[in-house]
Amino acid sequence: MNDSVATRAAQATPPGVARRVKGLSDRAIAWIFVGPTIFLLLAINIFPLIWTIRLSFTNFRANRPNREVEWVGLRNYERILGDSDIWLSMQATAHFLIWTIVLQVLIGFTLAWLINKKFRGNDLWTTIIVLPMMLSPAVVGNFWTFLYQPQIGLFNYVITWFTGADPSSFEMLGSVNLAPWSIIIVDTWMWTPFVMLICLAGLRSIPDYIYEAAEIDRASKLRQFFTITLPMVLPFLMLAVLFRGIENFKMFDLVVQLTGGGPGSITELASINLKREAFEKWRTGYSSAFAIILFVTVFGLASIYVKALNKVKER
Amino acid sequence: MCDCCHEGNILVPWGAWLGRGVARHIWWPFSDCGLKNAERGLMTRTTTVRLAGLGALGLLGSFGSAQADDLTLCWAAWDPANALVELSKEFEAESGHTMAFEFIPWPNFADRMLNELNSGGQLCDLLIGDSQWIGGGAENGHYVQLNEFFDSEGISMDDFAPATVYAYATWPKGEPNYYALPAMGDANGWFYRKDWFAREDLRAAFQEEYGRELGEPTSQKELMEIAKFFQGKEIDGNTVYGASIFTERGSEGITMGITGALYPWGFKYENEPGSYDMEGAVNSAEAVEALEFYKELYDCCTPPGYTNAYMGESLDAFKSGQVAMAMNWFAFFPGLYQDADTGGDKIDFFVNPPQNQAGSTLGGQGISVISYSENQDAALEYIKWFANPEVQAKWWELGGYSAHNAVLNDPGFVDSQPFAADFLEAMNDVQDFWQEPAYAELLLAMQKRMHDYVVAGQGTAQEALDKLIEDWTEVFEDEGKL
Repeated sequence: MNDSVATRAAQATPPGVARRVKGLSDRAIAWIFVGPTIFLLLAINIFPLIWTIRLSFTNFRANRPNREVEWVGLRNYERILGDSDIWLSMQATAHFLIWTIVLQVLIGFTLAWLINKKFRGNDLWTTIIVLPMMLSPAVVGNFWTFLYQPQIGLFNYVITWFTGADPSSFEMLGSVNLAPWSIIIVDTWMWTPFVMLICLAGLRSIPDYIYEAAEIDRASKLRQFFTITLPMVLPFLMLAVLFRGIENFKMFDLVVQLTGGGPGSITELASINLKREAFEKWRTGYSSAFAIILFVTVFGLASIYVKALNKVKER
Repeated sequence: MCDCCHEGNILVPWGAWLGRGVARHIWWPFSDCGLKNAERGLMTRTTTVRLAGLGALGLLGSFGSAQADDLTLCWAAWDPANALVELSKEFEAESGHTMAFEFIPWPNFADRMLNELNSGGQLCDLLIGDSQWIGGGAENGHYVQLNEFFDSEGISMDDFAPATVYAYATWPKGEPNYYALPAMGDANGWFYRKDWFAREDLRAAFQEEYGRELGEPTSQKELMEIAKFFQGKEIDGNTVYGASIFTERGSEGITMGITGALYPWGFKYENEPGSYDMEGAVNSAEAVEALEFYKELYDCCTPPGYTNAYMGESLDAFKSGQVAMAMNWFAFFPGLYQDADTGGDKIDFFVNPPQNQAGSTLGGQGISVISYSENQDAALEYIKWFANPEVQAKWWELGGYSAHNAVLNDPGFVDSQPFAADFLEAMNDVQDFWQEPAYAELLLAMQKRMHDYVVAGQGTAQEALDKLIEDWTEVFEDEGKL
């Protein structure tokens, strides 16, 4: 039946078109379909990357087009790797990254575990919890700036209520010790729901019969958690960590709104430093080298992590 | 550059679309001439269309003065900008041109406008740009040189206050090469709660504590004493604070505030002007003392949470009755005086107090014609109109700070506003930041080092200034000036 339809379609095709189509192999047709996408990918991803690598070996400045561009070899890389300010910004990034992930995973998983229990108002609570991640980072940054305000900010008053300390006696955004934590708190508030949703998907993918079997074997709740729940949710959890890790490595908007990298340079994350070098100081060659270093770091870490993730999945 | 690279305005739209710097950069393997030719090739159709358009305009009549253009003037979004809109209505009526305005909030002004200039953008025909941009504007070809125009129109720079001509118009500094007309004189000054200073109970307490009368400070150290006196005081049931000062990290805030202390202590950028020899000047004993003073002022006497405060925060702190004194630019003083709650009888103004010498941080801007503008004739017409002494007088009346001698030397000027005399005094002793083409890098380095020390409390004043010299040396080495 199908053959006859195909035959009839072939017979109905005008000879000229048939000849032309006959001349194209499957591979050629595939290339016709994929070609535009590959072209776009090359144009907007690969070409800029190669161009950035090239720029990283020069002293080019985008704001000085008339200046002669010199090939400086590895000098930009040497300067970056020997620059203590760059290392401080990398440390600030690592501190932010590690603590946000730890907190978001712990709280996100706990919330998912609680939400997964069947109770009244479950959907309402899910919606309320998910709200922060639906907001724009600029908005979140702005209103948390008010919340952290030492004279009128709600946050300080809540802390006062618990500790009895004078609300004006501490500045979340202005203190060298507290500012790094203030951005961690906001990011955790905003993005824990994302981790929760992924964990929730993982929890709901575990078939009930596994728990029923465990119950029959008289496994305790704790045993069930460590031998069933956690291993089965782990790939989901690792995926959430990967997403949040990549996102927070390049965190910019929220922190700029909250602290602008200050006080001093305490919360100047690598991305903020990079932006300053590239678009405020206009050291295009230098910042290209910095961008490449960051790219290699993220790419390298993500690759190792994805391999680990695949191993966990295979288990 | 060879003759074959001669560039007409015809090519500018392409540069504006792609970004002049980016276009040049993408064709980097070619020589400059190759780039121009490549641009020309790509622009053939546009060029033809535009030539046809120009021809048609030529047939219709003379191109230039008779034509009504749409001019866009770019500036920061602040009180004087509103006054300029009002003032420019007269220009519209007289010339037939229409004016549009692009006002950018101060924190983003430099970023936005420098990006615009660097990409050869045509958003602005006229730009009232910060004084520090003049070097980059001139050297990178963003601003039109105005000497010929001034000569042909009889506009003399001798008619403007010398400090403003030097700071806002010339490049290289002090040379008679003009890239702007002084548009808005400005300096960093102070204002205070006159009503609080007049209260008998407070005056008596101050007299007892410091052995002198409570009044406008005559030195930086007196300013600190007054700030300390008011810090934490209960006035009318509210806790008030000593002073609001600039501590902003992102753009230029803390640098502008700190230089207000550095200059009175005798700070110099170089041992010899133009030598870029900074060791012993930037980190002199006086500079260290001034920086320590500013940190102490920040630590002792600012409201809680003032870790990232600039113009807006200073105004808010004062208008909300939180501080006894505040620093800010003279440009805001007309608005402050008019304020219903804290203006009028409750406010008075004073010049940045001296210490070892008089010194104020220069603000203010010149007005420049953008070289990428297609409406340069009309833009120059605006400059000619704006330079008129009568227009300058009205500019001052509306709240703009004229730099024209006819206005400043007018016998009635000093009494025309409660801050007019202070403004004149401040402008006599102003100092500006580097105006080098690499000013943004120089500024950001200072922002970082100063904020690290003053707000974050890291290291000492000496270390901060030593590191600043290292940063600035690196910039000047990259620039090939060291």
